[in-house]
Amino acid sequence: MAESRDDFVIAVRSAFLKKSNKQKFSLLTLILLSLIIIVLGSLNFKIIKYTKIGINEFVYRFTYITSIPENYVIKSYYRISEHISLYEKFKNNETLLRSLKEEKLSNDFLTLENKRLRQLIDESIQSTDIYAKVLADNDSPYLKSIILNKGSRDKVKIGMAIVDESYLVGKIIEVNYSNSRALLLSDLNSKIPVLLEPFDMHAVLSGTGQNYGKIEYTKEEYRDLMKGDVIIYTSGQGGLFKPGLPVGKLKYEEGENNFIDFFSDFKQLDYVKIVSYMMGGKN
Amino acid sequence: MPSLQKNSFIKSIQFYLPALILLFSVLNEFDLNYLNIEYFSFNFVHILIFYWTLKNPIYLTYGIIFIAGLINDVVIGIPMGLSSFCYLLICIVTAYLRNITLSPNFINDWITFLFTLLLVNSIEVIFLDLIFSISVNYTKYFVNTGFTFLFYPIFLVIFNKLEKNIRIRKND
Repeated sequence: MAESRDDFVIAVRSAFLKKSNKQKFSLLTLILLSLIIIVLGSLNFKIIKYTKIGINEFVYRFTYITSIPENYVIKSYYRISEHISLYEKFKNNETLLRSLKEEKLSNDFLTLENKRLRQLIDESIQSTDIYAKVLADNDSPYLKSIILNKGSRDKVKIGMAIVDESYLVGKIIEVNYSNSRALLLSDLNSKIPVLLEPFDMHAVLSGTGQNYGKIEYTKEEYRDLMKGDVIIYTSGQGGLFKPGLPVGKLKYEEGENNFIDFFSDFKQLDYVKIVSYMMGGKN
Repeated sequence: MPSLQKNSFIKSIQFYLPALILLFSVLNEFDLNYLNIEYFSFNFVHILIFYWTLKNPIYLTYGIIFIAGLINDVVIGIPMGLSSFCYLLICIVTAYLRNITLSPNFINDWITFLFTLLLVNSIEVIFLDLIFSISVNYTKYFVNTGFTFLFYPIFLVIFNKLEKNIRIRKND
């Protein structure tokens, strides 16, 4: 019994401490180093923060280069799929274009009216736009984020909105000198205040880790009201995003769960706009 | 003479191939998610580290594994040091297994790999969810563990061939 325990101790000691040929560090040293980095990182220690920024600067560029073959395969796949469904899409677009032309006329009128009303109450929304290229699309099973080629030198700040055409796709969560990371709306940790139109209902849009979102913090009785086309816009609460940015459309599913189908395809983001909004008014 | 130089260059490249694949994988996020198949992903890095450190850690040094972990944390965006810690835990298991094993057995290695994956992923989830309050999808972790375990024999065959090739060239 004592002999087998001795064997176990010898094997463990050998595994932890023995530096075999070509090994510069023992396992124990490196494990302790990892734990120190984790603890110091959780305490926001400056050395770790700056080391991370330093590694980010190098790694993000390198990730972009190493992901070129993978991205080429993905893009080719999408291109082929698009070619296959070209005729069907053309027919659908033709019908859509006709109805959109009709809608545009009434929208033009509403936009002008809205502008006049905002002038009356002296409310203005100013925005700063920065165009950025998506360096890497980290669609890992655990985190949905993108890395952009604009950082603090381009005046990017944490919390700025990421917009694809006119659709909201996420917000900046990490800024380095020449690049930054944006958390996509589909990430599990993403939560933004939204408005469900045409019911004018406030809610919170949460990411699911999948390619859709879900609505949270609404009263149960409102669920029955939601029928027909429900469009999700940002509510502007919290002051991070301007109100009225289109996000997605409510998708009805069997049972209790309704999901949000995002307008923007997060897998195909090449260029995005980093926007910060300044809202001003009399009040 | 040039042919000899070329031969030694290929030899050294082959010797560092596991380390190069590891660095490329962490930089590239090699998880096969681009196939867009729901709930399909496997952790190639875990297979790579388990195999090569179990076989012979001279191919994949602990220092390289530690650095690869740091890079992976930065690329994925999780707290720094976590992946390094998890990767080194795999190394502990393989080092222990190597020390107690006289004649290697595939089934033993495979079952130990499952135990290692469950341990490493549990620790990662505990750190992310309970300590750093980062929401994680437990189902995805579980499925990822399952696929990683199932894919081990496939990569075992590929890596065995590669290892044999490296050994032959080294002994030339």
